[in-house]
Amino acid sequence: MGAISTYRLRLERELWKLRARRARRQLRPVADRTAQIRPGALLAFVCLRNEAVRLPYFLTYYRRLGIDHFLIVDNGSEDGAQALLRDQPDVSLWTTGASYRQAHFGIDWLNGLLSRYGHGHWALTVDVDEFLVYPHCDTRPLRALTDWLDSAGTRSFGAMLIDTYPKGPIGAARYRAGQDPFEIACWFDSGSYRFRKDPTYRNLWIQGGPRARAWFAEAPEQAPALNKIPLVRWRRPYVYTSSTHRLLPRGLNLVYDETGGEKTCGALLHAKFLDCFAARAAEEAERREHYADGREYRAYRSGLDRGAELWCEGSETYAGWRQLDLLGLISQGNWA
Amino acid sequence: MSVGFVMIVHTALDRAAAVARHWAEAGCPVVIHVDSRVPEAEVMAMQQALAGLADVRFCARHPCEWGTWSIVRATLAAVELALAEFPAIGHVYLASGACLPLRPAADLTAYLAARPETDFIESVTTDEVPWTVGGLSRERFSLSFPFAWKRQRRLFDQLVTLQRRLGIRRCPPAGLEPHLGSQWWCLTRRTLSAILTDPDRRRIERYFRRVWIPDESYFQTLVRRHGRRVESRSLTLSRFNRQGRPFVFYDDHLQLLRRSDCFVARKIWPGADWLYDTFLDPGLPARGAAEPDPARLDRLLTAADDRRVRGRPGLVMQSRLPSPDWAHATTCAPFSVLQGFDALFEDFAPWFERHVGARVHGHLFAPDRAEFAGGGASFSGGISDAAALRDYDPGGFLRNLIWAGRGERQCFMFGPADRQEISWPLAIDRNAHIAVATGAWAVPLFRSGQDFAVLRKRAAELQRVEAAFLDILRAPQVRARVRIWSMADAVRTPMEVLLGLVEDIAPEARSRLPLAAAPRLVPLSGFGAFLQRLKNEGMLPHLVGDFPADESRLRPPPLRRPYLVM
Repeated sequence: MGAISTYRLRLERELWKLRARRARRQLRPVADRTAQIRPGALLAFVCLRNEAVRLPYFLTYYRRLGIDHFLIVDNGSEDGAQALLRDQPDVSLWTTGASYRQAHFGIDWLNGLLSRYGHGHWALTVDVDEFLVYPHCDTRPLRALTDWLDSAGTRSFGAMLIDTYPKGPIGAARYRAGQDPFEIACWFDSGSYRFRKDPTYRNLWIQGGPRARAWFAEAPEQAPALNKIPLVRWRRPYVYTSSTHRLLPRGLNLVYDETGGEKTCGALLHAKFLDCFAARAAEEAERREHYADGREYRAYRSGLDRGAELWCEGSETYAGWRQLDLLGLISQGNWA
Repeated sequence: MSVGFVMIVHTALDRAAAVARHWAEAGCPVVIHVDSRVPEAEVMAMQQALAGLADVRFCARHPCEWGTWSIVRATLAAVELALAEFPAIGHVYLASGACLPLRPAADLTAYLAARPETDFIESVTTDEVPWTVGGLSRERFSLSFPFAWKRQRRLFDQLVTLQRRLGIRRCPPAGLEPHLGSQWWCLTRRTLSAILTDPDRRRIERYFRRVWIPDESYFQTLVRRHGRRVESRSLTLSRFNRQGRPFVFYDDHLQLLRRSDCFVARKIWPGADWLYDTFLDPGLPARGAAEPDPARLDRLLTAADDRRVRGRPGLVMQSRLPSPDWAHATTCAPFSVLQGFDALFEDFAPWFERHVGARVHGHLFAPDRAEFAGGGASFSGGISDAAALRDYDPGGFLRNLIWAGRGERQCFMFGPADRQEISWPLAIDRNAHIAVATGAWAVPLFRSGQDFAVLRKRAAELQRVEAAFLDILRAPQVRARVRIWSMADAVRTPMEVLLGLVEDIAPEARSRLPLAAAPRLVPLSGFGAFLQRLKNEGMLPHLVGDFPADESRLRPPPLRRPYLVM
C-alpha cells in the first residue's frame, strides 16, 4: 500500500468529516442532556425512525449492560417515539426531517455526534433492533470489556450481525412493547456465512445467514453485509464510512487475526424479523430511502408476499453467548 | 512475629483502601505507597477512609512509571518505613492495589510462622524464563534503558537498536548474577534489612536504574545474595498472557479463586463487587494449612492463550481469517471425496453410510443444487442447497459444511459432471481423502441409451474434465490423501476396492463387513462394445483403463495395489 493510496484514504476521511459537520446543522436538539456525560462514560449512538414499540426493551437491555448515556437521532418518527425518548433521564435527543439517504443512511448525523460527544469515550453505535452479545456478557458488564480492551491497547471491537427469526411465518406472533424480542425470534443460522477481506479498507465483508438463503439465493452478491464494528474507543479523527461496517482510519477495521489466532469478538443479535417488519418492508420499499434504493426491502416484500419463512431444518435456537462461542460465531480470544 | 503488607497503589483507591482495612483489622500492619500522579483529592479520600486504623501508614509519594526504576524506589521507601515503624513484622508481603486476599490473614500468618526463615520470591536466571516481552531477556541487564517503553516507544526502540549495533554491554556489579521473577514477593525482615544495608547498595542501585523492568529483577537478584532459604515461587496468584498483559479476575472466577487456596490474587477488576464482598468478609472460613494450588487457573490460561494464538483449526470467523500461508488445512476434520463409485455400484451411498457410520452426501457440487444426505434443502448451520450461494464461495461452502458436521465423518460424491472450482481447495487440504475410479462417468452414459452422437460429445467433455482433475491431484502441492484406480481395475476387483474405501474411514469395520451385503456392480454387458464404438467414432476413452471388448473375459489381474499419492 503506497503513499498515494494512504493519501487518498486521508482525503476520503476528511470528506466524511466535512459531510458530518454539515449534516450536524440538520439536527435540531429536542432534549440535550449531554452536560451529564462524565469522563469515561459509556455512550450509545442511535439513529431511528418509527421504532416506538421496540424502544422500551432496547433501553432496558443497554442500561443493564451499563450504557451511561444514549445519544439518539430521530428521523421524523410519527409513532410517538419522540415523546417517549424526550422524557428519559439518560437520553439526549435530536430530530431531523432531512433525507436519510442523503445523510448516507444516517451515518453523517452519527459521525457528527460522535466527533462532538464521543471523543475519549467508548462509543457503541447500534440500531434499535441490534443487541450486543459478547463473551461473559451474562456475568461481566460492558465496562469490564472496555477496561480489558483498554488494557490491551485495543481501539475497536468487532461484532457481526446475526439475524434471528421465528419459526413459522414472520409476524405470526405479536410483539408487545417491552417484551424480549428473542422470545419470538429465537432461531438463527449457525454456520452459513462467507468471509472476504476488503483489500483497500482491510475490513471483512461477511454475507450469508437466513436473508441470503431465503431472499438472495439467486443473487448472493447482493445479500446484505453482516460485518459490524459497533464498539470503538472514539477519537475525533475517526469516521464510519459505510454504516457501522467499516471505519477510517482503516487500522480500526483490523478486528480479526490473520495468523490463525482468534481475537475477542461479539455479535449483534438482529431482532429485525418481528411482526412490525412486514409493514416496514412495504413502506421502505416505497420510500426508497435505504441502501441501493431499498433493493433489500423490495426483496423482503416479494419474499413476504410469497409467504416465505426464514426457518429451516438447519436452524439453531439461541441459548446464550457460550453457545455462539462453541459454534465458532464469536470468540473469547484470550479474555477468559 | 507477624506479616506486614506493603501496597503499591495507583488506581481504584477505594478498593485498595478496603483491602488495606481488611488486613489492618486482622492485625497486620500496612504501609501504602500512592503514586504521586494520583490527584490529591483521591489520596485524601483514601486517607480518610483509613483514618482511625493504628497500623496503617502512608509513605512518601514518588511518581511511578511501568518498567522503570521508580517502582523499585517506591517499594524500597515503603519497606524502609514498614521495618522502622513495626518492629514485630517478621515477613513483608508486597502487594498492589489490585490484589485481593483469598484466605483469612491468620492463615497466612500461620503459614509464614511455620517458615520463619523462608523468602518467597520467584527468582530464576535469564536463561530459564520463557516470558520475554519484546524479545528482551538477557539484554534487560546488558543494555541501558533510560526511556519509558509506554510513553517513549520510538526512542526506546531506537536506543536498543543503536546499542545492539555498537555492541554496548553493561556488566552487573561483581558478585551479582541477574535473576528474574514475578514482582510480587514475600521476604523476611532479615533479608530485607540485609538488602537495605548492603554496603554496595549505591553501586547496585546505580546499575539497576538502567535495567529494564527492575521491579522484576532487583529483589529477585539480591535475594540470591542475602537470602538464607529462597523458595522460588510467589505466594500471589498472578499470571500474564502471551501478550504480556496480566490476567484479570471477575465475579465469574469466584469458584476458581476459592479452590486455588492461594493467599492473594492479582489482578482483580475493580468492578468485581461479588469477589470483594466474598473475600473481604471477616467470616471467610479458614483453610488451615492447605498449600496453594493454582493448576486449575494455569489450565484456563493456557487454553485462553492457545485460542488467541492458534485458534480453532478449520474455523473461519469474524475474528479469525488465516491467510493461506498460515493454514495447514482449510477444514477442521478429515472428510472423504468419492469419485466414480456411485456410477459403478448400485445403491452405493446408502450402503457406505450404513457400514462406515459416516454422513454420506450425494453430489454436493452438482450443477443444479447441493445434494445433502437425506435430500433436504438445508444442512446443519443453515447451509442452503442453492447452487448460486454455494458457487459464490465453494471453498467456504465446504469449510462451513465440514465445520457444521464436525463430530461425524462427512463424505460426498464428486465427478466430472459437477462444478470443478473446488478441485484445488480439495487437493491442497490435508483433511481431504480423495478416492477416484477414473472413467466411471462412461457407465451412466452407456446406460442412458441416448442418441450416440450426443453421448460421444458428452464423453469427450467428461474425460477432459476428469483428466484436468487428475492432473491437479498429481501436482506437487497436493496435501490431500489421494487414491486412484482405473474403472477397469475397480470392476475386476470390486471387493478389494470397497474394502479399501471402508478401511480408510473405519479400519475396524473391515473385519466385520458382511460380504453378502456388498453392493452389486451395475450390469455391464455390452459396455465393452460401447467403448469400442466410441473408439470407432474417433474418441479414445483412455481413463477407463484396459476394459476388454468382451466383458466375459474380465478377470482379476495379477495383484496390483492402487497407487497412493500423498
